[in-house]
Amino acid sequence: MTLRSPPIEHETKATDFGGWEMPVEFDSIRAEHEAVRERVGKFDVSHMGQITVSGSDAQRLMQRLTTNDVTALDPGEAQYAGITDEDGILLDDTVVYHLPESEGEYLFIPNAGHDEQMLDRWNRYREEWGLDATVTNRTTEYGMIAVQGPDAPNLLGDQTDVSLNKLGNFEVRTGMVAGADCLIARTGYTGEKGFEVLCPWDTTQQVWDALDCQPCGLGARDTLRLEMGFLLSGEEFHPEENPRNPYEAGIGFVVKLDTEFVGRDALEGVEAEGPEEKLVGIILRDRGIPRSGYTITSPDGEELGTITSGTMSPTLGEPIGLAYLPVEYVGDKHPVRVVIRDEPKKAHTRTTPFLS
Amino acid sequence: MSFDVPPDCRYQESHEWARQENGTVRLGITDFAQDELGDVVFVEVPGQGESIEQGEEFGVIESIKAVSDLYAPISGTIVSTNEELIDVPELVNEDPYGDGWMLEVEPADESELDALLSPEEYENQIA
Repeated sequence: MTLRSPPIEHETKATDFGGWEMPVEFDSIRAEHEAVRERVGKFDVSHMGQITVSGSDAQRLMQRLTTNDVTALDPGEAQYAGITDEDGILLDDTVVYHLPESEGEYLFIPNAGHDEQMLDRWNRYREEWGLDATVTNRTTEYGMIAVQGPDAPNLLGDQTDVSLNKLGNFEVRTGMVAGADCLIARTGYTGEKGFEVLCPWDTTQQVWDALDCQPCGLGARDTLRLEMGFLLSGEEFHPEENPRNPYEAGIGFVVKLDTEFVGRDALEGVEAEGPEEKLVGIILRDRGIPRSGYTITSPDGEELGTITSGTMSPTLGEPIGLAYLPVEYVGDKHPVRVVIRDEPKKAHTRTTPFLS
Repeated sequence: MSFDVPPDCRYQESHEWARQENGTVRLGITDFAQDELGDVVFVEVPGQGESIEQGEEFGVIESIKAVSDLYAPISGTIVSTNEELIDVPELVNEDPYGDGWMLEVEPADESELDALLSPEEYENQIA
């Protein structure tokens, strides 16, 4: 299989991420992480998918295939949502944009490598329901750059005619960035102020070059999102390897049971009964790092769950992780053990985000 | 990119170095290895008085992105460990052959060093 290449040339080590050859780190994960927390950094996130939906039934199709309430979006507004199957299991998480200046046209962002699968899903249901909608995979038409950090408004502001201070959280505008016709959204995956810029594929390099700040790779992207307790598709949920519903994954707030969508009925049942397990934060008190796949036990050795992601938090200087545990472990300071190289290490639970 | 390969060390294919000092041997990981690992956050090695054996695992090093086993470049008894790495593990990144050393051992058989790669051979391996 050939890896897909982003529209920007990076002179650094790359890795396979969802079928894309993406940079892991440019300088060091710690330096990149600190730049975003304290100043500003840029990420090439062109591996994220882009699918547009237009036509007279576009809103209905989006509403019935995502868990949030798409009818609440005016043009120029965006929302986070889950994409679930009939059983309410998360297939992916996404941001849905009601495109500015285009009443009734939508764009959504599946995770890396999920674009073809979601295109098929959208087309299959469109046919089954006989809806008038055109679904187009634009993943290789758009590059995507995230500009994140407290200085992001100044840095990006110097390169665009859009008044960024008027752009609210989860709002999106069209505008010029470094001479390219872009979509600018106030969204991100780091917990900092910031923007995601969608640019026509061939202009992505020029936009990247114009944003004079620390380039950041997937390594820092992961440490930053973990400090916030944000989910990573494929790690915190995976339809086969780790099937989870939105309530277990802690994103029940994007499930609108008063709307019609695939998975709604199953999720209504989960909501009524309450999930048996939930995603909780873990802080290790002994030395070590909780990593994906490590077993979690009670202090007396009873197996409770498995770490889905973990790292050394560069901001806190503490080892942190996420894991699904029985709901009685939700909250702070429940003592647990993380088994690292056959040794039970002391840890406790922590409500996310890890950063307050 | 070029990596530091000091001429006074011998090297193991798994990227550990060993250097003869006054009757003892110091060891650590190479500049190439620390760059591959990235930000080191944690080093776990046995204590003073314990033995290590050439080619065998003796500890673990963790960076933000990866965990990696450490292999002993020489057999012997540990006479001291680098206590500073407990609080400042990033010394391994900053100065892998100096302040980032890991163990000092009383070698069981100094001729074991001859089985390791010379600086030229190691440079070839990582080129």
